[in-house]
Amino acid sequence: MIHQLLDYETLRIIWWGLLGTLLIGFAIMDGFDMGVAILLPFTTRNDSERRVAINCIAPVWEGNQVWFILGGGAIFAAWPLVYAAAFSGFYGAMFLVLVAMILRPVGMKFRSKMPNPLWRSFWDWALFLGGFVPSLVFGIAFGNIIQGVPFHFDESLRSFYTGSFFGLFTPFSLICGLLSTCLFTMHGATYLTLKTIGPIASRAKMAGVRAALLAMIFFTAGWLWLKSGWVPGYRILELSEMGNSSNPLSKSVTQEAGAWFNNYTTYPWMWFAPILGYSGASLTAIFLLKRCPGKAFITSAFAQFGVISTAGLSLFPFILPSSTHPNSSLTVWDASSSHMTLFLMLVSVIIFLPLILIYTSWVFRVMRGKVTENDIRSNTQMY
Amino acid sequence: MLDLDVAQLSRLQFGLTALYHFLFVPLTIGLALLLAIMESVYVMTNREIWRQMTKFWGLLFGINFAMGVATGITMEFQFGTNWAYYSHYVGDIFGAPLAIEGLMAFFLEATFVGLFFFGWDRLSKRAHLCVTWLVAIGSNLSAFWILVANAWMQNPVGSQFNYQTMRMEMTSFYDVIFNPVAQSKFVHTVSACYVTGAVFVMAISAYYLLRGRYSDLAKRSITVAASFGLASALSVVVLGDESGYTTSQNQKMKLAAIEAMWETEPAPAGFTIFGIPNLETHENTYEVKVPWALGLLATRTLDTPLPGIKDLVIQAQTRIKNGMVAYEALYKLRQSNGEPDPQTMALFNQYQGDLGYGLLLKRYTPTVTNATEEQIIKAAWDTVPNITPLFWSFRLMVGIGFTLIVLFATAFYLSTKRRIEQSRWFLKLAFLSLPLPWIAAELGWIVAEHGRQPWAIEGILPTDLGVSSVSSGQVWFSLIGFVVFYTLLAVIDVFLMVKYIKLGPTEEAV
Repeated sequence: MIHQLLDYETLRIIWWGLLGTLLIGFAIMDGFDMGVAILLPFTTRNDSERRVAINCIAPVWEGNQVWFILGGGAIFAAWPLVYAAAFSGFYGAMFLVLVAMILRPVGMKFRSKMPNPLWRSFWDWALFLGGFVPSLVFGIAFGNIIQGVPFHFDESLRSFYTGSFFGLFTPFSLICGLLSTCLFTMHGATYLTLKTIGPIASRAKMAGVRAALLAMIFFTAGWLWLKSGWVPGYRILELSEMGNSSNPLSKSVTQEAGAWFNNYTTYPWMWFAPILGYSGASLTAIFLLKRCPGKAFITSAFAQFGVISTAGLSLFPFILPSSTHPNSSLTVWDASSSHMTLFLMLVSVIIFLPLILIYTSWVFRVMRGKVTENDIRSNTQMY
Repeated sequence: MLDLDVAQLSRLQFGLTALYHFLFVPLTIGLALLLAIMESVYVMTNREIWRQMTKFWGLLFGINFAMGVATGITMEFQFGTNWAYYSHYVGDIFGAPLAIEGLMAFFLEATFVGLFFFGWDRLSKRAHLCVTWLVAIGSNLSAFWILVANAWMQNPVGSQFNYQTMRMEMTSFYDVIFNPVAQSKFVHTVSACYVTGAVFVMAISAYYLLRGRYSDLAKRSITVAASFGLASALSVVVLGDESGYTTSQNQKMKLAAIEAMWETEPAPAGFTIFGIPNLETHENTYEVKVPWALGLLATRTLDTPLPGIKDLVIQAQTRIKNGMVAYEALYKLRQSNGEPDPQTMALFNQYQGDLGYGLLLKRYTPTVTNATEEQIIKAAWDTVPNITPLFWSFRLMVGIGFTLIVLFATAFYLSTKRRIEQSRWFLKLAFLSLPLPWIAAELGWIVAEHGRQPWAIEGILPTDLGVSSVSSGQVWFSLIGFVVFYTLLAVIDVFLMVKYIKLGPTEEAV
């Protein structure tokens, strides 16, 4: 069969990389939409300024949001056990994210449809929540994954989550949540600076600089927290084969302080990720201050890439470690779809992802240029 | 072992959110194509009125589109949150079309929909027309992939159970895509979406004509809607028949339940137009039948008998017993370390097709293999879906389908004769028919999905086994949250729609 062209083990590594790519794509593309929404109450002083900010993202946010939806779909198709265990485990948090993600499309569309100031102010806050809640939960979820999640499987591979909703909020996971919020805010600020002029741009610039600095502080805090051993890592003790059928119950895993740093010793090249995170964020602050928002946007994208890669590489080969039953942990080697599904999904990614990037770039090119208060007064199409 | 309440609550939540989502989807798909047609006329004729039409209907499309996208997110993530075991059990097959939908279709649609609204002054006429077509194509492709996934739930082809991973795994992607149920469902469903778009445009245009407003725009809109709607309504019925035919091939129980056909009838079976199914005596009272009709429609022959519910239940008993054998073999295989025993393997391979039937016993005895004869009979009767709502939903849906054909045919006739503006009786009728396609679409969903019960995946996985291990309190919380939140959104959405419809295609709006 054609899917044997790539062996199972390789396909699993590729799909681990693709999972990361989709998350990073989400952070870069949807991240700035969410950042702009978070900045809405802080960078604008009146309705026409708010409309400028909203119209900066209005033509493109819908496409950007598909990165989120595709991320969910790809986890379902390529890592069904992760999809099942994580989404049912984080039930309450997922519900909050869904409500927030629903507020965004309707908020974007509905806000401009009535001139009433109360109506508009209501949707402004809805948009803010639509940006803030997913940004925060995204980091909190990562924080929980790094700590290990209290779940296990029974013999029929049914997953059971034994934690609680409030258990998701630990000091470490809050650090991660604030980190992701700051990263998206920084990213949104660079975009807003790039697309606007005058007071909005200068407020966004300063907000971006602050967010970049805070992001570096939280990144460091998270690193120190792990280094201190307050949050342990995980290590596989015994694994039969990397290319076997996906059965997460056939390995043994141990919890070990500092284990999340092992990969950096074995593969020193992995240091590129945290370095990219730091340099991306600091360059973003510098470029913003030097009034080069275009460059700041790019370095900010690299910061997203660096920080998410750091999390992914530290965890590797774990995807969802279990804190209560470490042997139930889901790893790259035992949580994937079948060989055939991974292969044909890879084929569709190879065909469609480049097309998506091409037409998305075209749309951004068409919509290039600044959005000003004059534009929103003269163009009835604008929100 | 399983809290049944969680299964029921999760079903309720899934059903309500799916029905709600499906209020917006048909209009999006139908209007997208109508917009593309209107804009094509604009580009070809260069007449301003067609651009105005595209923009005006586009405005209403936009409000609806936002709701469709918003409520669609819930659908995708709900499999993971509420149907975790389902997601594990069939994610290998079911997840693929969902992910490809994102890659191939939804990205296209969502990326270009922004340009549709904001690109009027930035793109050439032709480029903008391309954008509109891409949105329409994207939304249709989206429907295709979602229905490929859904069709696999109805007719799980191209897959096999893997005892090592305890799940279904794909054996042929070709079979999954070219699932005959997927083909017939896709054409039936998108035609119904086109009908919805056409009725929407026709009803609102009729409202303008009744008020004597914007008659240029309204008359042209009715002409487009009538011709497009007539073709679509005809194909809904013809292709719905195709859907019925494929159902007769693989979901005999669903068909028998829709027809409330208790006994196997001698070929060719009659079609019951009216009757009151009695679930106690297993008979129908006040039956009115059209001889031969069902046999002809469902089997396309005169001599193939259609099995009735009672016979199908007896067949299910046999399959449940086979399923018990498969289940026992499966657990032996799971427990064997190293090489599996070839004899057990052979036994499992022989009966694994009926494993799902064995799982029906889980609600009576978690160990399955120790089921009593009485429990087997009970489980076999569980394979009969809820007959009364299916029987009536189906008849009402078909009735609406035929009504709409007549409506569009009349509209088509009147507009070719240029008498539409004077026929006030028809305009009133057209306006009042606005809710019909939505009712039919929701009923169609009920027939297809409620009729699939007790299965999540026909013959493979019983619905109540597919749920997540969450507490009923959690599901109550999200269910009430969704109901409250969705109700508020519905009120706002309808309010805005009405506002902009009343405002009409004024300068402010377009």
